[in-house]
Amino acid sequence: MSLRVDNLKVWYRTLRGEVRALDGVSFTIADGELVGLAGESGCGKSTLGKSLIRLDGRMRHVDGSVELDGKELPIGDSERMNGFRFKEVSIIPQYAMSAMNPTRKIGLLVAELLASRGERPAAVRDELLRRLALVGLEPEVLDRYPIELSGGMKQRMVMVISTLLNPSLLIADEVTSALDVSTQKAVAETLVELRDRNVVKSTIFITHDLSLVYQIADSIIVMYAGRLAERAPTDALVGSPRHPYTRMLLAALPEVGVRFADQRLEGIAGSPPSLLNPPAGCRFRDRCPLAVARCAEQPPFVEVAPDHYVACWKAS
Amino acid sequence: MLRLEGVTKRYRVGTFGSRELVAVRDVSLEVRPGEVVALIGQSGSGKSTIGRMVLRLTSVSGGTISFDGTDVAGLKGARLRAYYGHVQGVFQDPFSSYNPVFKADRTLELVRETYFPRLGERPWRDKVEASLAAVRLDPGQVLGKYPHQLSGGQLQRLLVARALLLDIRLLVADEIISMLDASTRIDVLNLLGDLKARGLGILFITHDLSLGNYLSDTAVILHRGEVVETGPAEQVFARPVHPYTRSLLASVPQLHHKWERTGHGSWEPAGEGA
Repeated sequence: MSLRVDNLKVWYRTLRGEVRALDGVSFTIADGELVGLAGESGCGKSTLGKSLIRLDGRMRHVDGSVELDGKELPIGDSERMNGFRFKEVSIIPQYAMSAMNPTRKIGLLVAELLASRGERPAAVRDELLRRLALVGLEPEVLDRYPIELSGGMKQRMVMVISTLLNPSLLIADEVTSALDVSTQKAVAETLVELRDRNVVKSTIFITHDLSLVYQIADSIIVMYAGRLAERAPTDALVGSPRHPYTRMLLAALPEVGVRFADQRLEGIAGSPPSLLNPPAGCRFRDRCPLAVARCAEQPPFVEVAPDHYVACWKAS
Repeated sequence: MLRLEGVTKRYRVGTFGSRELVAVRDVSLEVRPGEVVALIGQSGSGKSTIGRMVLRLTSVSGGTISFDGTDVAGLKGARLRAYYGHVQGVFQDPFSSYNPVFKADRTLELVRETYFPRLGERPWRDKVEASLAAVRLDPGQVLGKYPHQLSGGQLQRLLVARALLLDIRLLVADEIISMLDASTRIDVLNLLGDLKARGLGILFITHDLSLGNYLSDTAVILHRGEVVETGPAEQVFARPVHPYTRSLLASVPQLHHKWERTGHGSWEPAGEGA
């Protein structure tokens, strides 16, 4: 068992009260598993990714625990987390294009980063060159400034840096959303390759794009309004989704070949509830065509088929 | 209606403009009433530049853009205003299309000041309500609100409503749904489909092939500023001829159809000068 998240609650402090962005989330990720974390903006997927590595000033660890490779991750304690960051848990941030210090040549930047984590840059040098080759970058990029690289090259460089110390858990937060389809494919395939070569043990791939995560993930978690809606092996989630939200989300995706004139797809009416004072019970019930009186009570996240978990009264 | 003939855009780049970058080279296309033309290409392909030239936000370096037979490059004053009465654009980021210090419906008021200064309060309000209804927005939910109080989907639909206040015949939709969530994305696409049925011509600019295919009649595939393939959308998507179109289609992630793994070494050469 590589990662175990148990009833994790992380809220944001705002002037009007606390926003329950992550409100009681439990799941596990196995060694070598690549998990896609999908959901719409504001569902808490990025908050979940961030809480596993660094809580920013507005975020508060309210409840729950995280365990990585049998050790408790002190996610509420930024100082103690320093022992885990980069070596055990690493992230490819959402804006990888602007993640590198523009005033440093990339080679120096990497060396400084390694030194700050108590590693000798010279010891890692050969591995660094191998990793650059893996993503199709020339060693010369180390003598360049970030501004001299194209967007796709910067994205790859950040991937190399993030995974240089072979972290057990890699969090990839919307790493493909700013890229063209062909670069997107290459980035996604590189994530699979990093896992296949045991560079990283397990990966959480955060995205809003279900058709992209379907290409590479072993299993998919769908979040809605701060909670997990459904989790299943990739083919089961896409082939036989059980949660009404997952079904409607999949039905709203136009595919190549589907045309407006022949088949009109439908979106999901309404919008997610405010997480400032979220309603009790199932948070999807206002938009759900199957909602019944019982949905006023929070449905448990239960296993309905092997490895297939759903939080819906109608699905279990 | 809208016709582009041999349109070219050159930029001066480098120190003292010493080098020339051709962003769009010799592009010809036509948009007829009730037709959706998808302009598809990756970043740097020149697709947005074409949209901006049609909207007169960027000058044309060569070739002509004409609307109903009139070259739009020379339009000034009242005639330019009349052109914008027929041709409007909506862009990718709804949040940066509004001034955050003003209420969102000010964008509608500005249209009134320019185009309907003498219209009474009552008929104006009917007009606003009719165009909000056309984009399926509830006036009570959007009027009088600041941009940050509305969702991306609502803001984007409000921008389309703004365009509909005018008697527009052509809409330049530049990546208008790529920032929206999947569940609201399709609503905006369906809205464009309904407008098309009412005779609106749409220049639909996108990098997403599946979205381009859902709506469009004609597909124009751009690569480095040049048209590499064009034809009826169904045909281009079902039987792409140009190798670039094929490779582009093969990279699109689709549900129920997994990529053929190409392994590493599949990185596209980096964009020139990016």
